Amino acid sequence: MSRAPLSRACAAVLRRDLTLAWRRRGDIAMPVLYALIVTTLFPFALGPDNALLQRIAGGAVLVTVLLAMLLALDGMFRSDIEDGSLEQLVLAPQPLALMLGMKILAHWLTTALPLIVIAPVLASMLQLPAAIMPVMLLALVLSTPMLSLLGAVLVALTAGTRRSGMLLALMLLPLCVPVVIFAAGAISAAQQGLPWVAPIAWLGAALALTLVLAPLACAVALRIALDA
Amino acid sequence: MSSWIPLWLHRLGSPPTFYRFAGALRPWMLALALLLGAIALYGGLVLAPPDYQQGDDYRIIFVHVPSAWMALFIYAVMAVASFIALVWRIKLAEVVAMESAPIGAAFTLITLVTGSLWGIRMWGTWWTWDARLTSELVLLFLYLGVLGLYHAFEDRRQGARAAAFLALIGIINVPIVHFSVNWWNTLHQGSTVRLLGPSSMSDAMIWPLLTMMVATKCYYLASLFARARTDLLALESGKEWVRQIAITEGRA
Repeated sequence: MSRAPLSRACAAVLRRDLTLAWRRRGDIAMPVLYALIVTTLFPFALGPDNALLQRIAGGAVLVTVLLAMLLALDGMFRSDIEDGSLEQLVLAPQPLALMLGMKILAHWLTTALPLIVIAPVLASMLQLPAAIMPVMLLALVLSTPMLSLLGAVLVALTAGTRRSGMLLALMLLPLCVPVVIFAAGAISAAQQGLPWVAPIAWLGAALALTLVLAPLACAVALRIALDA
Repeated sequence: MSSWIPLWLHRLGSPPTFYRFAGALRPWMLALALLLGAIALYGGLVLAPPDYQQGDDYRIIFVHVPSAWMALFIYAVMAVASFIALVWRIKLAEVVAMESAPIGAAFTLITLVTGSLWGIRMWGTWWTWDARLTSELVLLFLYLGVLGLYHAFEDRRQGARAAAFLALIGIINVPIVHFSVNWWNTLHQGSTVRLLGPSSMSDAMIWPLLTMMVATKCYYLASLFARARTDLLALESGKEWVRQIAITEGRA
């Protein structure tokens, strides 16, 4: 068996996943629609008080994006497990961690990126000032990959189980507490006119760490879960 | 190389040996836990003087603080057992890790409940988003996640291995959560009520606390032994030694 060069293998995995996602464009729209609905509900529940909405806007958008990502997380490896292509990936000579990293990247591109694109719309629905938008987008760009990576580890762990939706939320909550704290901390610091670089820097550091470790952990988790 | 480890310690890793060992030790542990617990409760509720600020309300710490210690201690035990289970694939380590989780979750819940009972009297609220309270709540979710994952698998050993991995991820996460929650709470520093500072306690209060700590440890061991024995019987149900036990106990 000839060994395909690593970069070619990576590109192939990425292209395959993106093509699959593109063939089912409706699924990409689902988290976006979900985030829009949740954000629309906030003013109904809290009253159309602009000052109040403005104060919760950053956190509300962040939590909405997180929940929308959680909704899509469940399906990250499902079709691959069902048709057996994930097992082929495990057996492939290329390092599994890298291949899974590509799959996570594809998942981030198809779920988180659309959410980041509409995040300014969600934020302006809740009256977040335009000056805060860049900080919010920066926080989202740094925190959503982390959620994808951490989520992928947990999805891999539940790969061998039947029902995983609620369980995934339960397992993800402790892991995403720090992410939410720092991302929301940056936004609220910017809103109060305080320096917001420190929490953003922490997010960046955490992302660098997760970027290296999570694919490895994901590979280990997948081997455990498929080890039946 | 490891000749300094007595041979019986190695043998304890085998399910039938551990089954007998745990069965012999369990009543003693349980008796010790009840005895020490009763002494500690008497010392804490009757002998110890009331606090000059909090009156008699502080007495809940004799349950609250040992439970909080146990919540963290059991998580550490679970993580160590998980590591052993994943690296050396020892069946007993899997059993210990997975049977520790419900006990730890129970202690965490007791900590949260007694804490809010104390909070309603002292702070005037059941719950506040204090850093320590939040960390404890996250710890409870970690325990529940491990338990949920373990029971989601149909194959118990596979479930144990997956949940053990989750427990290891969790132990990396615990300090991160603790640090970030501290940071978060100091950022939003409003009218946060502080827990008791690192004040020195009088001897009359500290000895019941330490006795209770030993009592909870004994209770944990007793409970773990009982749970592990049941689990081992279920896991090894096809083996000869289980058949022997079933025959002898069926005859008795």
